[in-house]
Amino acid sequence: MSDAPAAKPATGPEPAQAPVKRRGTAQQKLLAFASLIVLVIGFSLASPNFFQVSNIMAILQATSVNGVLAVGVTLIIITGGIDLSIGTLMTFCAVITGVVLTWAGAPLILGVLTAVATGGLVGLLSGTFVAKMKIPPFIATLGMMLVLKGMSLIVTGTRPIYFNDTPGFTQISQGSLVGEVIPAFPLPNGVLILFLVAAATAWILSRTVLGRYTFALGSNEEAVRLSGVNTDAWKMAIYALAGAICGIAGLLIASRLNSAQPALGLGYELEAIAAVVIGGTSLAGGRGTVLGTLIGALIMAVLTNGLRVLSVAPEWQTVVTGAIIILAVYGDQLRRGRAST
Amino acid sequence: MSDLIRMERIDKHFPGVHALKSVDFDLQPGEVHALMGENGAGKSTLMKCLSGIYRPESGRILIDGKEVRLSGPKDAQDLGIGIIHQELALMRDLNVAQNIWIGREPRRAFGRIDEGKQNRDAAEIFASMNVRMDPTIPVSSLTIARQQMVEIAKALSFRPRVLIMDEPTAALNDAEIAELFTIIRRLRGEGVGIIYISHKMDEIKRIADRVTVMRDGEYVGTVDAADTPISRIISMMVGRELSDETVTIPDLEGAEVALEVRGISRGGELKDITFDLKKGEILGFAGLMGAGRTELARAIFGADPRDAGEIIVHGHHARIASPADAVRAGIGYLSEDRKHYGLALPMDVRANIAMASLPRYSDRLGRIDERKLAEIAADYIDMLDIRTPHDGQPVQLLSGGNQQKVVIAKWLLRDCDILIFDEPTRGIDVGAKAEIYRLLNDLAAEGKAIIVISSELPEVLRLSHRIAVMCEGRLTGILPGGAPQEEIMALATRRDSMTQEDAA
Repeated sequence: MSDAPAAKPATGPEPAQAPVKRRGTAQQKLLAFASLIVLVIGFSLASPNFFQVSNIMAILQATSVNGVLAVGVTLIIITGGIDLSIGTLMTFCAVITGVVLTWAGAPLILGVLTAVATGGLVGLLSGTFVAKMKIPPFIATLGMMLVLKGMSLIVTGTRPIYFNDTPGFTQISQGSLVGEVIPAFPLPNGVLILFLVAAATAWILSRTVLGRYTFALGSNEEAVRLSGVNTDAWKMAIYALAGAICGIAGLLIASRLNSAQPALGLGYELEAIAAVVIGGTSLAGGRGTVLGTLIGALIMAVLTNGLRVLSVAPEWQTVVTGAIIILAVYGDQLRRGRAST
Repeated sequence: MSDLIRMERIDKHFPGVHALKSVDFDLQPGEVHALMGENGAGKSTLMKCLSGIYRPESGRILIDGKEVRLSGPKDAQDLGIGIIHQELALMRDLNVAQNIWIGREPRRAFGRIDEGKQNRDAAEIFASMNVRMDPTIPVSSLTIARQQMVEIAKALSFRPRVLIMDEPTAALNDAEIAELFTIIRRLRGEGVGIIYISHKMDEIKRIADRVTVMRDGEYVGTVDAADTPISRIISMMVGRELSDETVTIPDLEGAEVALEVRGISRGGELKDITFDLKKGEILGFAGLMGAGRTELARAIFGADPRDAGEIIVHGHHARIASPADAVRAGIGYLSEDRKHYGLALPMDVRANIAMASLPRYSDRLGRIDERKLAEIAADYIDMLDIRTPHDGQPVQLLSGGNQQKVVIAKWLLRDCDILIFDEPTRGIDVGAKAEIYRLLNDLAAEGKAIIVISSELPEVLRLSHRIAVMCEGRLTGILPGGAPQEEIMALATRRDSMTQEDAA
């Protein structure tokens, strides 16, 4: 044999490198979106009352609170974490806003900032428990969920705070800036806010360093740490951002009810997580999309509304929602099972 | 006498790949048959066909001259084909005997498990292997090497006639390898046919009777292990002959010292380690498994806390308490376990290259400059010859060698001029190894200061300008490049607390 130089290795083909990955995520979003369309068409055929502008607006309005919460928790779930405190945090933010606006008589804008800041600070605290004190996110936020529930009741003395003295507060959710411009399309402000929050979050996830580290933490936290990234700080930032988004949800629900209801909140976290899961975000972390979460939240609202329009008992609506969650994840498993062989 | 196993014209496709192209293979009773080839050559696929995990599209498998159809792993097991996978598949929280007999537990009345019999049977297997092991201790308390022994015992519990071992020595030290080979020889003596997959040439020479080489899904040939030179086997694997290069040691007399490590200690793992590293120098770290080399690297890098010791970078005292501090000081660490500690596997090539440098390529709002990163990724793909269809390819779809290059690109982009490579070629095939070596030499020539930790002595010898040797957490000596292997081994096994006056 010759003494060929050892420099260039064999040109033999590497193991197959078919670009399969991207198609996977696209397919999955398509699946969720197709389910949503099928649901809408199905209900429209079943009842003439379903596909009316007023009903569609009602569905969107009903999606807004859960949608905003779900978008926030999507961030945390992509890092491989979970936040069970988002429901009671939402209420806590509403309560603190009530204190600032009603008891202290502060101007509306200050109330808005208070809600977002409260959410952000509490989120930062949860993030500290998780990142610095190494408490598993499930436990840390479970504790936080109960603490916040109790705090809301303590601060208010278990009585609701009404916003009757704050003009314009109900407009945050129920007004329609879009309707003022295009009267035929009275999109409620709450829905507009949901879309804005979703767009901003999607932008953060896809275009910014924070978003990149959100996915990276969920993919392989230790590798990110060993790249010299201050993973603890970024994780805390992500929890804080999600908390701030919960603050926005708190504003929306308080505006819709024109009050801060301290007993409300428990259960909202599971609905939000359900929307995230239906939207195809993996609870194992590393992958997920805001658009998927939005579709997930819409699917849940369409189901609830559609079944009500068809006069199905509310008990059954819950059963159907539960079944949909299981089906959605099973469908995802099937798709991935096929992809991996 | 008919063959124990005969595989004829086996064909298998995966989407986009012709994984096996009409491959032939045979195994005799009482033979150790090595199966070699670069990563992606089709070895594992062929063995998965034999163990019933994949079904070939065409071709025949004969056992004792009779054609068989394997429709699942259970079929293969029933026919006496056992496989020990590369990755351990044990249940960490169960004990040794429970792991061995999982799914086949001896029962007593009312479905109770007969733990006593289970333990006795397990002990019997270990006795036949001549391994001392308490069947009742939890697997999680065992070292990787001991867990490997449990895997082997589990495979033997099926009384296999064919045993497939996929890189069984990857995590073993020399003593443990010797122990494994004793077991393999005993099995061979009992007439078991053993298929042995490995990248390590010296092992093949020690243990194998015949060697079959595959390349790109094709059968290349079968040769006798004893009287075929290693260079010939390598040339069969890579399709050409590799010359045995020796290291050329540059003159670093006047070179600036890049890194000074002074008296690093950590628990019982690291004891008062002191050394210097110059710009342009490759300092190899040799030692047996568990000598503390990886621990030293992690301590320098701030990945684990230190009890004592100073790190001086370019003459300045560096306060390193976390990887972020080390990176700021210009130190990069390339872990031996790329998949767990080096890469975000589902993310693409571009994102992984940029992972350590994002703040530099983003504006005040945190917006990432993707266009710039795409240019940079293209540059590194070109410069390091990373074979990927495009920079949007998830790194998990790249081969080991190309993944390693992605990690190297990450640190180069971060401007790290002190690079610590921990087992830089682990799991990388022979052809790509030469390329990584060339890359390391080029980096040193550019003035980077490089530490290479390797368990493969030939690798240390080929790369190192100086060789530091560790044993049981101590630096037992620093030898000049190209030092004889015997001297290195003498230092690597110098257990008594003789001092390290030659370290400075």
